[in-house]
Amino acid sequence: MDHQLIVGLEVHVQLLTQSKLFSGCINRFNPDEPNSQTDPVTLGLPGTLPVLNRRAVDLSIRTGLALNCEIAPFTRWDRKQYYYPDLPKAYQISQYDLPIAADGWLEFVADEETGERRRVRLIRAHLEEDAGKNLHDDSGRGGESRVDLNRCGTPLLEIVTQPDLRSAADSRKFLEELRLLLSYLEVSDCNMQEGSLRCDANVNLKVTTDDGHEVATPIAEIKNLNSFRGVEAAIEYEEQRQLEEWQRTGLKMGDVGGEKETRGWDADRGITFSQRGKEEAADYRYFPDPDLPPLTVSAEWLEEVRATLCEPPADRRERLQAAWALSAYDASVIIDRGRRLADYFEEVARLCGDGKQAANWVTQEVLRIMNDRGIEIGDFPISAPVLGTLLERIVSDAITVRSARTVFADLLEQAEGSQPVTVDDVDRVIDAKGLRKVEDTGQLEAAADAVLARNAKIADDVRGGKTNAVGPLIGQVMKEVRGADARAVRELLLKKING
Amino acid sequence: MEQSEVLRVARLARLKLADSEVDSYARQLTDILQYVEQLEEVQTDGVEPMAHPGGVTNVLRDDVVTESLPVAEALANAPRSDGRYFVVPAILDAG
Repeated sequence: MDHQLIVGLEVHVQLLTQSKLFSGCINRFNPDEPNSQTDPVTLGLPGTLPVLNRRAVDLSIRTGLALNCEIAPFTRWDRKQYYYPDLPKAYQISQYDLPIAADGWLEFVADEETGERRRVRLIRAHLEEDAGKNLHDDSGRGGESRVDLNRCGTPLLEIVTQPDLRSAADSRKFLEELRLLLSYLEVSDCNMQEGSLRCDANVNLKVTTDDGHEVATPIAEIKNLNSFRGVEAAIEYEEQRQLEEWQRTGLKMGDVGGEKETRGWDADRGITFSQRGKEEAADYRYFPDPDLPPLTVSAEWLEEVRATLCEPPADRRERLQAAWALSAYDASVIIDRGRRLADYFEEVARLCGDGKQAANWVTQEVLRIMNDRGIEIGDFPISAPVLGTLLERIVSDAITVRSARTVFADLLEQAEGSQPVTVDDVDRVIDAKGLRKVEDTGQLEAAADAVLARNAKIADDVRGGKTNAVGPLIGQVMKEVRGADARAVRELLLKKING
Repeated sequence: MEQSEVLRVARLARLKLADSEVDSYARQLTDILQYVEQLEEVQTDGVEPMAHPGGVTNVLRDDVVTESLPVAEALANAPRSDGRYFVVPAILDAG
């Protein structure tokens, strides 16, 4: 007996608009002030009418185009009816049979060593309003629930994949690539902890029996996975659970009792659990919402949005490797940290002309300080032109890497004192500290000879094996030749002493 | 319309029907459906389904924030609240 895992994902993405999907009510994550972000539309009060947010449509089209989808020239709005306290109207405005985007795909890197990409087909992406948030009493039975409607009405794009994923690890990698793309597009902040990116996983198995028959196990939909680790762990668990269930019961998809089941994920216990009885499949009774006129997207509108697209991170990762001779690892470190850091890197690389040098500095110095301080590149005190100029001085052999570190530290300190750092500061600090490399090796040789002549005793000590005694001589040479590289001076002196 | 269908529709609408009501609703709903079914006699070949009776499209607003209701006002009509949240009977998050 053999089996193959089959996974499809439904990804819910909150769009980065100022206001909600159908009213001017503010769209902001704000759990500390519950129910402070509502208005009559959000509350579903009688007599209110929804009016569509143009920006939400723009961002949906942008996402659809980046996901290689067809954008529907004509869409409309449908009511999805269900009773739940987080949905005051008792229906959600959604798109049923005419989603704004359909028939797309996205590739993810399945194997980092080989760079092998795998393609996942996308069925659709439709725009809808988010519901509010229920907070449950954990004390046990008989309690009550609390409802915060701040989130209610937030524009939500639901992206649905074909069941093209074949492992828990692939599912996670796909979701990570999707999140990265969405953040590059700046359509969502994709914060899984805050719920702006949420994922449901449809999971089942194709079992090949010993006599060669293929059967499918009943599908489980695992709801509301809110971390990458959760997605991977829940799918892994579900694969094992369904295998054991099948061996125990032989229940197949389509059998009585083999209907699709809704399951939750308990991250603490590491298990999925049944949430909704299989017998009461949801019946949403969709129908067109008479409150909202349809939406048509003209070719001009489409082109306008197309002009706001950016290079997808997967393409940019490959381009960085090719254009700047970066390792796959360095390119990933830079790309995965977000579009602004990738922009920063490329500007530094262009200015200094050496991608490897730029990558070293960005992935080491810059990222280390960003992580230490918990800041993003937009708040980093050394701008790309400044770092690019500094690294150009290394590349053009004007200063050593070591001197550049000194200048870098000095510039950081200057920024600490709330003195903005400009490009001019680079050469100013280099000269003030006398760090400019002396290109005239004749000058260096003459100085070394003079110092050695004055310090014959020390030279003898060094020759006798006390190599460290050379230290004071290095200092003397550097005093005479400002900007000399200490290491080079040391080597020169030792060479002269030891013949 | 069958009694079972009436009960199903009632359950979806969260309506509790007395046994005596089920029969009368079954009759009434059957009448209504038959009345509406007359529309099927209309020849609609080649007619695009209408999405909205108004004949307008693209009623859009700019992404501009307007004022929210004060919390107390938002909660004012709730059967129960604790001054910050709406309070409802305990629910299982299946949504």
